[in-house]
Amino acid sequence: MNNRVGVFICHCGKNIARTVDVEALRKEAAGLPGVEWAEDDMYLCSDPGQQLIRERIAEQNLDAVVVAACSPTLHTTTFRRAVESAGVNPFRLEIANIREQCSWVHPGTAETTHKAAALVRSGVEKARRTQPLEPIHVGLQRAVVVIGGGVAGIQAALDIAEAGYPVHLVEQGPNLGGRMAQLSETFPTLDCSSCILTPKMVEVSHHPLVTIHTLAEVTDVEGSIGNFQVRIRQQPRYVIAEGCTGCGDCVPACPQVVPGEFDRGLGARKAIYIPFPQAVPFTYTLDREHCLNQGPLIICDRCAQACEPRAIDFDQQPSEELVEAGAIVLATGCDTLPLSHFREYGHDRHPDVIDGLMFERLLSASGPTHGEIRRPSDHRVPKSIAFVQCAGSRDPERGKAYCSQICCMYTAKHALLYHHAVPDGKVYIFYIDIRAGGKGYEEFVERVRAEDGINYIRGKVAKLIPKDGKLEVWGVDTLLGEQVKVEVDLVVLATALVPSQGIQELARVARVAIDGDGFLSEAHPKLRPVESQTRGIYLAGTAQGPRDISATVAHAAGAASKVLGLFSHDELVEEPTIARVNEALCRGCSFCVSVCPYDAISLHEGTAHVNETLCRGCGACTPACFAAALGPRGFEDDQILAQIRALAC
Amino acid sequence: MKTSMGSGSTRIPLRQQVEELCEQSIGTCYQCGNCSSGCPMGPWMDALPNQLIRRLQLGLEDTTRFASPWVCASCFACGVRCPKGIDVPRVMEALRVVGLRSGEDHIGPHTIEKKRLSQLPQIALVAHMRKATG
Repeated sequence: MNNRVGVFICHCGKNIARTVDVEALRKEAAGLPGVEWAEDDMYLCSDPGQQLIRERIAEQNLDAVVVAACSPTLHTTTFRRAVESAGVNPFRLEIANIREQCSWVHPGTAETTHKAAALVRSGVEKARRTQPLEPIHVGLQRAVVVIGGGVAGIQAALDIAEAGYPVHLVEQGPNLGGRMAQLSETFPTLDCSSCILTPKMVEVSHHPLVTIHTLAEVTDVEGSIGNFQVRIRQQPRYVIAEGCTGCGDCVPACPQVVPGEFDRGLGARKAIYIPFPQAVPFTYTLDREHCLNQGPLIICDRCAQACEPRAIDFDQQPSEELVEAGAIVLATGCDTLPLSHFREYGHDRHPDVIDGLMFERLLSASGPTHGEIRRPSDHRVPKSIAFVQCAGSRDPERGKAYCSQICCMYTAKHALLYHHAVPDGKVYIFYIDIRAGGKGYEEFVERVRAEDGINYIRGKVAKLIPKDGKLEVWGVDTLLGEQVKVEVDLVVLATALVPSQGIQELARVARVAIDGDGFLSEAHPKLRPVESQTRGIYLAGTAQGPRDISATVAHAAGAASKVLGLFSHDELVEEPTIARVNEALCRGCSFCVSVCPYDAISLHEGTAHVNETLCRGCGACTPACFAAALGPRGFEDDQILAQIRALAC
Repeated sequence: MKTSMGSGSTRIPLRQQVEELCEQSIGTCYQCGNCSSGCPMGPWMDALPNQLIRRLQLGLEDTTRFASPWVCASCFACGVRCPKGIDVPRVMEALRVVGLRSGEDHIGPHTIEKKRLSQLPQIALVAHMRKATG
């Protein structure tokens, strides 16, 4: 109550001074109780402006400061630093927002100045009552859990491990590689996808600081930035990783044939399998769902008989592990809209309607056709192909409103590779707009159009009609203004990218936000693109939104550098403005526990306890407490009431 | 009381008329052409549905001179496929209404011979009349 308060009023050029009478405001502020000094300046946030505040603090022996300027979200840090360097506790700074809340939204009348004065008065009342607060220091666990073993997860894991910190790389599937492992060549350079991915997979698998968990899921995340406890559930592989030599003797012995997921159902695998020849770890997996041994009774053990190192173990059980980590990287990747989504294109009626990833498998040397393009229905080489872009993308009515970003480029690549493989084949690309915004991308599309003479037709395809073993494509050339009907052997849909299955459950467990399309939300779309809205959890790759490989790698490297930035501190310094419990008043009703949006409050021996790193000081617990036993520091009842009273008069 | 008259035209622009009549947002269309791709009457149209919408987007007042809205079978194939949710048949209907209100006579049953009139399918004729009466 006895703080000596200084008031500093900013003109903000003309932003404030145009509608607020700053001189009248300064005079009124100078006369307020507790105010020892009031002054105005053209730009308080400038270096001379900050210097002015520092000088006045020393001269006038001030111990609390009110800055009447712009929104506190803009310059709280600036002014806190300024007052701190002059010896005033940074939590004895108050900001009266007379720009966004006053000068910008009102005309230049006396009432506007009157309102600005009320805001300043309110700030002064708070400043008079403020107490010094000290930041909270928290220890830091220097290890990371990276969820998702695609190129994003691999890149983030490698960058972090290379800097010397242990990483747990958690992959849901049996092997690393993700979507990129499924691709044949990559645009625009036509690098072989596995040739550039395999070295990275090998590097991460041999890195002494990386622990790889395949067939594993994160089932629970406790704690907060710097100190997460992550529960990893390991599904049984039924093959002992240390024993398996990767000889593959088990495969011919297995009688069960099932469609291979890695080949998008275009090829077959056995119930014991390895999805692709470069798989890391190179350990076979027994898929018990399709194995003849469904229960505890073993009715077929041909694989176990064939296995010389005796690496097959039908009795493996799921296991759980609790890992301590200071940060988490979510790199859970993407899926594509299923073909069954497109009834007008009738994949359920015709097997020769496939999606882009299936075409990648047809192009891939390790794919079901060993890189020969053969259509699924009769295994003939298609003599004509129609590529349909924007299948589900840019379609807010029945698909996704967003552009999937990669389809224009991979369709151009598909057309080029097909044209090289089948030079007399006919290609029709139905597109709406070509979006080739990356480095070397437009040049690539230009090459496909001009040098390879690929036929681009501007117009969306309405439907496909099976006709004598072919597919009739109903399209339009909107540039000619004429309908187009062509018969083709194969149709490839550039289906929309969607978030991976299970992302919602993981987002719930990790307490991160997801957007309307199901992708993970970044903290700020422009300025914080690799941070989630939950501190200590970072995003990498297509889990956050559609992007191509180079953008994914850059995004993952960005997430890794954020983790390393966090780890470069000796300890975490947290804002002290978090909830505090008056244990003498707390009745242990646990109502605050249920309202806390950050799960920061728990009950210990009948008293509420606040986790200092989880609490964000939102104040939701304050009105929930019947006994007035808790609330955020720096927002005490007497301070808030004094502020309201000052506004009301 | 004195009434002062403006000197500008009191005529409402075509795009605005159509948008008010069909309650569809013409500007939403991004010209993917899906409406035209699947239109069974396309071969008989002098401008495809997406072209009519393009003309409306540009505010071309002569868009009513095309016969396409009268060729439209109102089968709704375009409307159900439009990725932007534009009910294209209603746009066509609006263009027909604007055409009729302008007083242009597209059908003229009185010009058809009596003998031929008796041979015409009644449903088609009634549909004709409906179009003619707006």
